[in-house]
Amino acid sequence: MPGKLKVKIVAGRHLPVMDRASDLTDAFVEVKFGNTTFKTDVYLKSLNPQWNSEWFKFEVDDEDLQDEPLQITVLDHDTYSANDAIGKVYIDIDPLLYSEAATVISGWFPIYDTIHGIRGEINVVVKVDLFNDLNRFRQSSCGVKFFCTTSIPKCYRAVIIHGFVEELVVNEDPEYQWIDRIRTPRASNEARQRLISLMSGELQRKIGLKVLEMRGNAVVGYLQCFDLEGESGLVVRAIGTACTLDKLSSPAAFLPACNSPSKEMKESPLVHPPSHGCRSTHNSPIHTATGSRLTQNFSVSVPTLIYTGMGSGSAGKEGGPFKALLRQQTQSALEQREFPFFTLTAFPPGFLVHVGGVVSARSVKLLDRIHNPDEPETRDAWWAEIRQEIKSHAKALGCHAVVGYSESTSICEEVCILSASGTAAVLNPRFLQDGTVEGCLEQRLEENVSTRCGFCHIPYDELNMPFPAHLTYCYNCRKQKVPDVLFTTIDLPTDATVIGKGCLIQARLCRLKKKAQAEANATAISNLLPFMEYEVHTQLMNKLKLKGMNALFGLRIQITVGENMLMGLASATGVYLAALPTPGGIQIAGKTPNDGSYEQHISHMQKKINDTIAKNKELYEINPPEISEEIIGSPIPEPRQRSRLLRSQSESSDEVTELDLSHGKKDAFVLEIDDTDAMEDVHSLLTDVPPPSGFYSCNTEIMPGINNWTSEIQMFTSVRVIRLSSLNLTNQALNKNFNDLCENLLKSLYFKLRSMIPCCLCHVNFTVSLPEDELIQVTVTAVAITFDKNQALQTTKTPVEKSLQRASTDNEELLQFPLELCSDSLPSHPFPPVKEHLESASSNSGIPAAQRATSVDYSSFADRCSSWIELIKLKAQTIRRGSIKTTVTVEKASPVGDGNFRNRSAPPCANSTVGVVKMTPLSFIPGAKITKYLGIINMFFIRETTSLREEGGVSGFLHAFIAEVFAMVRAHVAALGGNAVVSYIMKQCVFMENPNKNQAQCLINVSGDAVVFVRESDLEVVSSQQPTTNCQSSCTEGEVTT
Amino acid sequence: MTSELDIFVGNTTLIDEDVYRLWLDGYSVTDAVALRVRSGILEQTGATAAVLQSDTMDHYRTFHMLERLLHAPPKLLHQLIFQIPPSRQALLIERYYAFDEAFVREVLGKKLSKGTKKDLDDISTKTGITLKSCRRQFDNFKRVFKVVEEMRGSLVDNIQQHFLLSDRLARDYAAIVFFANNRFETGKKKLQYLSFGDFAFCAELMIQNWTLGAVGEAPIDPDSQMDDMDMDLDKEFLQDLKELKVLVADKDLLDLHKSLVCTALRGKLGVFSEMEANFKNLSRGLVNVAAKLTHNKDVRDLFVDLVEKFVEPCRSDHWPLSDVRFFLNQYSASVHSLDGFRHQALWDRYMGTLRGCLLRLYHD
Repeated sequence: MPGKLKVKIVAGRHLPVMDRASDLTDAFVEVKFGNTTFKTDVYLKSLNPQWNSEWFKFEVDDEDLQDEPLQITVLDHDTYSANDAIGKVYIDIDPLLYSEAATVISGWFPIYDTIHGIRGEINVVVKVDLFNDLNRFRQSSCGVKFFCTTSIPKCYRAVIIHGFVEELVVNEDPEYQWIDRIRTPRASNEARQRLISLMSGELQRKIGLKVLEMRGNAVVGYLQCFDLEGESGLVVRAIGTACTLDKLSSPAAFLPACNSPSKEMKESPLVHPPSHGCRSTHNSPIHTATGSRLTQNFSVSVPTLIYTGMGSGSAGKEGGPFKALLRQQTQSALEQREFPFFTLTAFPPGFLVHVGGVVSARSVKLLDRIHNPDEPETRDAWWAEIRQEIKSHAKALGCHAVVGYSESTSICEEVCILSASGTAAVLNPRFLQDGTVEGCLEQRLEENVSTRCGFCHIPYDELNMPFPAHLTYCYNCRKQKVPDVLFTTIDLPTDATVIGKGCLIQARLCRLKKKAQAEANATAISNLLPFMEYEVHTQLMNKLKLKGMNALFGLRIQITVGENMLMGLASATGVYLAALPTPGGIQIAGKTPNDGSYEQHISHMQKKINDTIAKNKELYEINPPEISEEIIGSPIPEPRQRSRLLRSQSESSDEVTELDLSHGKKDAFVLEIDDTDAMEDVHSLLTDVPPPSGFYSCNTEIMPGINNWTSEIQMFTSVRVIRLSSLNLTNQALNKNFNDLCENLLKSLYFKLRSMIPCCLCHVNFTVSLPEDELIQVTVTAVAITFDKNQALQTTKTPVEKSLQRASTDNEELLQFPLELCSDSLPSHPFPPVKEHLESASSNSGIPAAQRATSVDYSSFADRCSSWIELIKLKAQTIRRGSIKTTVTVEKASPVGDGNFRNRSAPPCANSTVGVVKMTPLSFIPGAKITKYLGIINMFFIRETTSLREEGGVSGFLHAFIAEVFAMVRAHVAALGGNAVVSYIMKQCVFMENPNKNQAQCLINVSGDAVVFVRESDLEVVSSQQPTTNCQSSCTEGEVTT
Repeated sequence: MTSELDIFVGNTTLIDEDVYRLWLDGYSVTDAVALRVRSGILEQTGATAAVLQSDTMDHYRTFHMLERLLHAPPKLLHQLIFQIPPSRQALLIERYYAFDEAFVREVLGKKLSKGTKKDLDDISTKTGITLKSCRRQFDNFKRVFKVVEEMRGSLVDNIQQHFLLSDRLARDYAAIVFFANNRFETGKKKLQYLSFGDFAFCAELMIQNWTLGAVGEAPIDPDSQMDDMDMDLDKEFLQDLKELKVLVADKDLLDLHKSLVCTALRGKLGVFSEMEANFKNLSRGLVNVAAKLTHNKDVRDLFVDLVEKFVEPCRSDHWPLSDVRFFLNQYSASVHSLDGFRHQALWDRYMGTLRGCLLRLYHD
């Protein structure tokens, strides 16, 4: 009996009129936790009752404390008939269970009813007294902190990053055919809300146990999702990264604050990582089919169809992974946890060494009823299989880890697509084991290498490349090889040298599919998938080149399955990395060269494309000193060199460039127009309208090239549903509709937010779903942040200078010449190798230009590479050893690990007036310092109506509902004593309508971290004590020495 | 491809002032979009008509949801659904309760009942204000009236407290409520030249001087005093006004009064002879208005009477405003020198207010 939960019901206000006769309400409240219920007195005839109840005390296990939500029901007393429910409030008391977080929940909560929405508010005070628990075999995991933030939370320091934790629980869905149900909708909605609340509590507890087992004290990058599998059940699954976090003592906590928001971002431990790079190596489906698994980077998993024991034709190919899976299952629990995955997207300085590229895997499954909820083996096995595949892809890239890892599903009827993706990377073992001194030396070296460009350097062996790619020497250090293009799923490291600004790049794609049942359907989908992946990739590549950029960050590819179509939507933020080569242009080639007018048309298109590239470069201020002539005026390569990208064939762009590698040419990215389809593609390339002036957009945390945010932020959610005309749908028409939908949505956003100019839409997150046959739903959540235009101009160069500064101090041990090169890379300086480059561009020499430019000779480089591999292997071992070791040694590192003794800090002052609560999908608040994390917010709501028209139609209904969801999130945060939600995400927004019956239903799942922030201006006194210039390096030093 | 659903929800509720105005003015979404297009917004922002349509719909939906809260402004402040900065909340409320001069002149002094509401169609046609906007304004008047009707204490304060209006707007509403409660006739043709401002000015003076609240007679037993402090005229005062009749009924007093006024104003008034000739008529008019105020019917006609009995005669003789002021000042003051007249305080209470009103009403 380790906990006592105390609840007091204070008052209500704005209650609805429940008695038409008196226009008043006789309200009372039921407080329920587990199986215990208390009631307040009836407060007669008032819409603003003052109950002022006694403290209701529940004596409960901490296991229950974690699983169960506190349920508060407000009712209207009726003498003669049954009492009418006014609404409910579910309060997750988890934040009260660990120290440092909230100590009391107190405030006004909206009273929510699934049919009527918010109906007044209730003032509640909740406290928990935890007793020390000596039972070592306990089932609870109180004390483990959870963060949605996908980086080390500010005001914490990562002592050890243990690694991947995952869990899933399944249950029967209390209501799977909502619209045909006979029981009252309210009852089934509430059953569902309660069940999901319970399941996520249980899930969180189980994950917490795993973390404790690993001797960690926190989960960072916690992502919990629901799969509404309809008749086959309800799955709640979560992934995260177990860490041991140390709270920074208050002076240190302020250390990274410094003055400007930009600095804060730079200095914060989270955004610092010198890593990413990805390589866009997409492999053609044909390659996949031929089974050369090793060559896959951006891999498409050939779907396994598992249904009642019988395999499809493709199952044979899956033999490998399947066996691996079996092996996997027999492995010990400890090894099971050994997926070297990290859900983080930003890392402590020095954590990321190299980035290999995006790895992804998908698989199509047929859903089957979950027979035994206690043993969700099938679902576990599915995910294990996919993770195994991801792991092997990463290995093929010479990487031992996957960062920026995420998982998702798309379900339609009984077909489910499971997807996982991440970025293969080489990590610094320092954070994966206990902070021993031995790591330091190596780490030191590593850090030098990784400065600014290290993460771009290829982690794999050049002579044994896992996939064809075009390598050059790093444009920054001239020492290591880099790929021509990088794709990653993580955020841009703040110390990466970027030229110009970034921009949101999206690839959009639809494919029709025949309606089919079961196996046939699954087979059809799995056949389509590789083509979609390929096309999405091609689009991304084309658009990236059109923007004159060479790297993608935050790449997220979503494939959505519907009754009769598949949709693909990829979003990423394009940037120009100074370390990578200048991207080549796009060449258009006609297939029928004899036709004069056709030629003319082609050259016209070519000119348009070239103009667009030039315009984009200007727009995004991409002007690396050496490239302009080369790009714009690049002649069409000789036919022999020109590689063809045939649509029907599936060569990937990287293969193409690889073919050219021997010729030392890199700008041959050729689009061959051989049919109307391709024509349309080119057109669609050009139809993407850039945002109006004063607007920027990206889907990462911060916008490269902008670093002086002002404090105004506006988080929003926008939802659009379009109905396709069902007649003669073609792929083209579908693509156009979808493209228009997304473009128009963006245009609307720009228009709506025009008063905030200059501003940037950050963390733009698109979600596509296909709720019905002819409906496409797109949901966007993002935050608009204003910035100071004038300051922006002044400070664009400072990050470069700063990192230079840092590089020069750090690089003492390194050879001298990188240092020189570093200074050369400043845009203002003439860049010696430029000449070389131009030379090589014009000559047809077989030796890569960059190679000649530096004095390193090829063979020695190869040596280096192989020694590197050794290093990687070595590291891989140390990691394994490290993680075991940590299980023993962490105790001292995490004094709060058990969380049974609590810091009784002063209760947060609960404001009686409505305080402003900020919400943002980012992990920080511009111009402010987060001083405290109060706990995770994870809420699930259902709203249903049987009077759709009266509520303003579908738009009115959903608008009101989303506003209500925001309100409930804000109220919970305010009650915890917080004033903001960071890393906010709307994970699900499932909308169903039946206009004929005048009905609609919507399910929304949101999460985020409740925090307390302090405006930076209020902190000035503190931060001024710190010398601001050296802040960053001192931070780094601090990290190193611990 | 048709848009089934299209919404935008911000954590901070976006309020577009221009669209809010269009909404308040009762334009349909289509009309509002057309008006916005005409304002040149498309050229300024490079947006398309579809974007504008979607944006307008969104704002209209938001306003529609906010309207329920605007009916009880304190709710807007305490509600949790829409996060709106305080300055914006104030703007929303103030604009919502703002009214059109043309409209208020039509309904001022009318009973705020269903019957009047039926006439809104005509008012809309006559004033060119959309019916929707007329309804909103009418409902605002009625709502404020209903809320403060039964309340004690200062009318302006009550309105401000319950509707969170600015001081200026609260005073206007006080006048509207006061007029509606006392049903003063303002629609007659000869009153058409008067603005709402003129009436509001008079209402304020009357509230300050002629109501129960004005004399600060807080009732000792709350139940015994059923009249509202600020909304109803002080019945006792109206009853007492009969005593003033002696000023015109007693011929000696009347003559003495006239001679006092004439003596004082001789040479100072451009229209002296006309004044001298008309003195008795004017005085009779003013005093008879007072004496008749015991009857509800005559209270309603107060402004008609004042215009008929005083404003029009003076205007026909082309009195300049300064002369009217001189005359009224002297006319009121001279009564103090009438030895036989015992109701000096009553006279001041009556004439002080009336003088202010008359001066305001005296214009073309």
